[in-house]
Order: sequence, then C-alpha cells, then structure tokens
Amino acid sequence: MATMTMAKALNAALADALLEDDRVLVFGEDVGQLGGVFRITDGLQARFGDKRCFDTPLAEAGIVGFAVGLAMSGLRPVVEMQFDAFAYPAFEQIASHVAKLRNRTRGKLSVPMVIRVPYAGGIGGVEHHCDSSEAYYAHTPGLKVVTPATVSDAYSLLREAIDDPDPVVFLEPKKLYFASGEAQLPARTEPFGRAVVRRAGTDATLVAYGPAVPVALEAAEAAREEGWDLEVVDVRTLVPFDDGTIADSVRRTGRCVVISEAQGFAGVGAEIAARVQERCFHALHAPVLRVSGLDIPYPAPMLEHTHLPSVDRILDTVARLQWDDQPDPRWLTQGSAA
Amino acid sequence: MTTTPQAVRRASPRTRRPATPAATDPAAGLLPQTEPVRLLDPDGTPLPARDDYPEPPIEALREMYRRMVVGRRFDTQATALTKQGRLAVYPSSRGQEACQVGAVLALRDDDWVFPTYRESMALVSRGIDPVEVLTLLRGDWHCGYDPAARRTAPQCTPLATQCVHAAGLAYGESYQGRDTVALAFIGDGATSEGDFHEGVNFAAVFKAPVVYFVQNNKYAISVPLSRQTAAPSLAYKGVGYGVPSEQVDGNDPVAVLAVLTRAVAHARAGHGPYLVEAHTYRMEPHTNADDATRYRDADEVEAWRDRDPVARLETYLRARGALDDAAVAEIAGQAEAYAADLRERMNAQPTVDPMSLFDHVYAEPTPQLVEQREQVRAELAAAAEGDA
Ligand SMILES: Cc1ncc(C[n+]2csc(CCOP(=O)(O)OP(=O)(O)O)c2C)c(N)n1
Ligand SMILES: [Mg+2]
Repeated sequence: MATMTMAKALNAALADALLEDDRVLVFGEDVGQLGGVFRITDGLQARFGDKRCFDTPLAEAGIVGFAVGLAMSGLRPVVEMQFDAFAYPAFEQIASHVAKLRNRTRGKLSVPMVIRVPYAGGIGGVEHHCDSSEAYYAHTPGLKVVTPATVSDAYSLLREAIDDPDPVVFLEPKKLYFASGEAQLPARTEPFGRAVVRRAGTDATLVAYGPAVPVALEAAEAAREEGWDLEVVDVRTLVPFDDGTIADSVRRTGRCVVISEAQGFAGVGAEIAARVQERCFHALHAPVLRVSGLDIPYPAPMLEHTHLPSVDRILDTVARLQWDDQPDPRWLTQGSAA
Repeated sequence: MTTTPQAVRRASPRTRRPATPAATDPAAGLLPQTEPVRLLDPDGTPLPARDDYPEPPIEALREMYRRMVVGRRFDTQATALTKQGRLAVYPSSRGQEACQVGAVLALRDDDWVFPTYRESMALVSRGIDPVEVLTLLRGDWHCGYDPAARRTAPQCTPLATQCVHAAGLAYGESYQGRDTVALAFIGDGATSEGDFHEGVNFAAVFKAPVVYFVQNNKYAISVPLSRQTAAPSLAYKGVGYGVPSEQVDGNDPVAVLAVLTRAVAHARAGHGPYLVEAHTYRMEPHTNADDATRYRDADEVEAWRDRDPVARLETYLRARGALDDAAVAEIAGQAEAYAADLRERMNAQPTVDPMSLFDHVYAEPTPQLVEQREQVRAELAAAAEGDA
C-alpha cells in the first residue's frame, strides 16, 4: 500500500492503459505538454509521444465527434472535457451519437470511448466550473456513468471504463483530486454495476456517490455521538446501477437518506430514493429522505458551503427519520396546496 | 472597403488554380474559382476542355448516367411509397442526381461516406440494398444497413454532426496506416451549424483526408441561402480553416465528377481535407410533408427544370456516341426493374420484435433493462393469452 492522491491514481490509470493498449488515444484541451489543468495527463505526452496524447482545437463538440470517428476506425479515445459546464457544447454529440450509435445500427457499430469530466464543486471555483452534471448523462440511455470516491476506485474504474465496450462518462470529483488515500496499483476493485458498503451500520443507510461520499462518512462518524450507527453505501457507478446492494442495506437498517451534491430536483438522488422505496417499502420505518444541493444555479464561491450537503444537514435529516413515529413537522407546514 | 460578394469576387480574378499558391497571398491556393466549374453547358454542349479539371473517362460517365437514371427512378418510387403510407416520410433528392452519384463514383468501395437524410439515392448508388436504406423511413429500425460492412455511416439527421465524425474516422484510418478517404455530405443550411466548422477545422488541423461536399440546393426547408450566409458562396468557408475549396455546377455531371475526383485525390495524397460546394436545386419539396409553394414560386422551379442533370448528360453522351436509343431504353428498363423489385419487397409487412428493443442499448443489458425486458415479456405473454 502507498499513499497517493486521486489525481495520481487517475494519471497512472491513463499511463497503464496507454502502455497496454496501442489503440488508446488521450486528447482534449491542454492535456498535452501542460498535462491538463488538473495535471491528470501529466507526463503522458512526454512518455508516449504526441500521437498518443495530444491537444485539440478548443471545441468540445469537435472533440467528442472526433472521438466518435476514431472509435469507428477501431481506436479507443479517452477525451478530457476541461470542466463540467464546458462539456455542454458536446452534449448533442454525446446524446445523439455517442449514446445511440450502437442502438441505431443494431450493434453493427459501437463507439467505446471514455469522456472524462472533472465535475462538481467544493473547490471555491467561480461560476461554470462547479456543475454537477451527472443527471444529464445518467438520463441518457446508452451511456455508462461512473464516479469514483476513493483513490483505488479512481484507478480501477478508469481502467475498466477504457476497456468497456460501451461509452463511459467518467465523472471525476474535483474536490477529491488532491485528497490522499491508500492504494496499491494497479488496483482492481469491484466491477461496474456494484455499489460498496463503505461503513457498516445498523440504524440507517446513507447512500452517496462521488463527492458526497466523504461527507456521508464524516456524518456517519459524527452521528455516533448522537447515538446513531449509520451505514454508508457508495454507489460508484450510476449506470449500471446496483439496486441490490442498496436495497439489502436499507432492508437491514429500515431507514435511508440519499445524499448527492447536485441540485435535487429531478436528479439522480431522486431516482435512487424512488427505487429504494419501491423495493423496500415493507422494511422502511420512515420515508426515504434526500439531502442535496439547493435547486439553484451553482452559487458564488463564498456561498457554496450553504449550498453543499454538510454534516449538519445530513444529521438534521437523519433526525427526521421517524425515530419517534410522529409526523414529520416539515410536511405539516410545507408542500400542501392550501 | 466593404467586403461585398462583388468585392471578394474581384479580389480573386484567376480562373485556374496555380500548382503552388502565390507567395504573396497565402489564401490564393485555397480559394475557389470565382465561377462554379462547368464542363457542359446546361443543354449538354461541351465547353472547351481545361487542364485543371480533365474530363473523366467516357466509361465512367456512362456508368454515371446509368446510376443517375436508376437513382432517379428509386427516388420517384420512394416518393410513391410514401404516398401509399409505406414510408413515414421521404426527403427526395430529385434534381441532385449528379451530386448524389458523382460523390459515390469519385470514391473507392473501401472509402467511407457520411450521408445525411438527403442521401438515400447516393446510398443505393453505392450498392446498398434499397430496402435496407429505407428501413429508417419505413420505421422498423433506425439504420437498416451494416455501416461497417458498407463503409457508410448511418444517415445523419442532427445537422452537421457527421462532419466531425468524418474528420475522426479519416484521421483514425490514416493513423493506422490506411489510405481511406472519408466524404461527408452536408446541405447549404447545415453549414451554419457549429459542427460543420468544428469538423472542417479538426480535419484541417489533423490533416485528415476528408472531402466535405456541400450540396447547395438553395433552401434549408423554407429558409433561403441568403439567410444562412453573407459569404460570396459556401466554398469560401474553407479558406478560413486553411482548406482548399472549389465550387462546381452541381447539375453538370461531368464537372461534378471531375471536381470530386480531384478533391478525393488531394485528400488521399495526404494533403488534408478539401471542400467542394455544388450549386444545385431540390426539385421536390423538402420532404413529402412539406409545401414548397409557401416559399418558392413555380417560375424558379421551372427554370431549374431546364438544367436537368440527367438530360444534360444524356445529350452529351449521345453526342459523343456513347449512348444510343437502345442503350437508353436498356437503362430505363433496368431502372423499372429496380423500382418494381423495390415496390414488391416494400409491400411485404416487415416483422418487428418488441423484445429486440433491449438488445443494443449496451453491449450487455443493465440489470434495469433486464427487469424491463422481463416486464415487457410478461405483458406480451398476457396479451397473447388474451388473444387466444
Ligand atoms: C440540429 C438540427 N436542427 C434542425 C433540424 C431540422 N431540419 C432537418 S433538415 C433541415 C434543413 C437543412 O437544410 P440543408 O442543410 O440545406 O439540407 P437540405 O435539407 O436542403 O438537403 C432542418 C432545419 C435538424 N435535423 N437538426
Ligand atoms: Mg439545402
């Protein structure tokens, strides 16, 4: 085991993929000599040459559309979108071609590729640099959507994404890039489609993914003082989604809070909450609650802490899980048409 | 000085592309000729031979004629099938036969084509089964042919998005040591979309062997070209990306084939992309569902009837002694047989399988899709039991 940052693990995953598979090409904006604005591609061009790792014109639709053509020719593109909100110009290419080509052609054409997106907030970034855009991708059939929360997962999931026969949107939580963890490379963790219990507990299940996982773990630690023993499940791959591990956990604990950094309305957290209550209704002692970002455009840096799910907000929400079997006072005053 | 179209035209007076660009003007070698290249008069009379665009071999022109006649018959049949309710919709390319067939003839079989919804005629000209081409419009699946085997991308409806795919494919092929050329079709209106510009630019920066072939048929549904651009013509869009460009009379089959042959050779020789604009006209409405009388008048359409590309080539080939009444009749017979076969095969009701909905979303269905598949299976079983 060694201590390293998630950024280092991602860099190692790209390097190992370039080394082991000649078809892999890494490209995007500033990924060459500079090594990317987050240095995730640091040193790759020097090591593998500018045919394997290269800068492109500044045009995100162009980058993703170019990758479609490269994949059609048999190569394995791994592209970097510089920031979450700057992937939006590529959305038409992603939604209309990347996600659909296999289906449109009855499997005759497929376009395996990885679209890496540094995403979400918590780094004091100015506007357009902190969006949680996972719902757009998870809502698009044909894409796999992955977001690591640990250093080992960063390496393993990225390697698996590059090897996957389908296109993968790989969402890298920016605020975890330079957080360190223990990892032994080349790490191989649970495959796509498997959620992982990060902390065992008996009283309630916190379901989280990506940047929300460390917050959930922190909240679970703090909850001990309040007398709650909380389980934390890391979803890891939003598509394909692991209903089983999450439902098993909630059936054991009888209570569930879903935590996502994204704005909550019509989001992935809402989907998870709905799936849990469909599957666990008879095991539930309380409605499934959600803690999410507020339903606002991502706020200015000095205000983001109010927006982001916090330990306190999570614990306040856990407190509303019907421990005394009384109506939740919040719904007595809110959410009524009257 | 303002850059009116006239002013730009005057700034580029040459009629022949020099072998090397003039040292003084780095754009000179990239600009199209000021008038569309033309080798036949509209009535089919040959114009004086020119050494920048040598006339294609007569056998190639004869084959072009044959395919144009068959292609036009296919197009008419598809329109008829739409009226009978066999197709949901059909965008005709009647009037654009020289472009549709010329592009295909300029390519090798192992080159790639990136077509739009307008290119059904080009695809059947490429030898793709017309029933497979019409699968999309009949509605039993999206792309009916095998794009990898036919080296032909699915017909693209999101405008201009195919331009970037062509750049990537062509670069990927050359990266792997193959001399494949990609030809991307695009309409005049779609040149306003960002992906056209991103595609041409990527191809130029990566020196990808792509021919961008703009069929300027003057309208994007109802919107005329003047609403798309203030450029002297669409071929002038290449120079900004460092891409050599040409404009051609798109209803002159001989010129279309000559210009595209040169463009393909340029790309294949490793000089990067090439942009060709063909001036043509769509004789039919945008699709059968469109009412073209709302935005263009009959006189305009009639004027284009006089420039019919099929008649033009026929006149020329007859004058050259490459075509006679017997040959014309024989080719017409081939076209009729082709249409009859298509009609008959399109009359058979296609079988669709609801269970196939889950097959090609991912390489392996997700657990959620497996659940939904079982649900649909149960629904179908229950319905079948109800029927029994
Ligand atoms: C991105 C996008 N916007 C709008 C449309 C709807 N649409 C389909 S065809 C068309 C006109 C395109 O005109 P042009 O590029 O000149 O091609 P033509 O149809 O004349 O061959 C439009 C607006 C579309 N398919 N894609
Ligand atoms: Mg048009």
